[in-house]
Amino acid sequence: MSRSIKKGPYIDDKLLLKIEVMNSKNEKRVVKTWARASTISPEFVGHTLAVHNGNKFIPVYITENMVGHKLGEFAPTRLFRGHGGKLADKRSRF
Amino acid sequence: MARIAGVDLPRNKRTEVGLRYIYGIGPSAARALVERAGVDRARRVQDLTEDEVNRLRRLIENEHKVEGSLRTETSMNIKRLMDIGCYRGLRHRRGLPVRGQRTHTNARTHKGQRRAIAGKKKAPRK
Repeated sequence: MSRSIKKGPYIDDKLLLKIEVMNSKNEKRVVKTWARASTISPEFVGHTLAVHNGNKFIPVYITENMVGHKLGEFAPTRLFRGHGGKLADKRSRF
Repeated sequence: MARIAGVDLPRNKRTEVGLRYIYGIGPSAARALVERAGVDRARRVQDLTEDEVNRLRRLIENEHKVEGSLRTETSMNIKRLMDIGCYRGLRHRRGLPVRGQRTHTNARTHKGQRRAIAGKKKAPRK
């Protein structure tokens, strides 16, 4: 079920605050965040956020098209290396 | 011959049903259109007067996204998802189901025909 309109989008408060501070100072810095569930708000556009995927931080450059999506959508949590075959065997040894 | 939005309507179907041969018009849209155009929905397409066809045509052209432009919009939406590199876009790229369905079995609609896997033994038939 989608989120109630009444509540508005979920945007991580701390992250938004950091971005707003950066916007007012006109600076750009990579911000690490675990807030994968946070919706991307228009203020984020043009920044690069390092979104945690459970293992490491994936740098995500926010473009206008991404507004309305969640941060987690851009940092995949699973790594699929394919099934079987010689190639996969070789890779899995490392 | 009723030709709306570049589609020839089947002549001996009820108007309500015939309209659904246009991509983008389903049961409910067809019913609403017939009603708004003041056409008897049970009338066959071939029995429609030129005037009735024109009324339907005008309604569809002005208010419905159908055929080519609808297909373009859909594919643009998918292309957008693929371009921004989000999860849904990745699933589209790989031809896997997009909305969290299982892929261990099933998912054949999106994945298409089964592909043989090299070196895999067939299960013995009993």
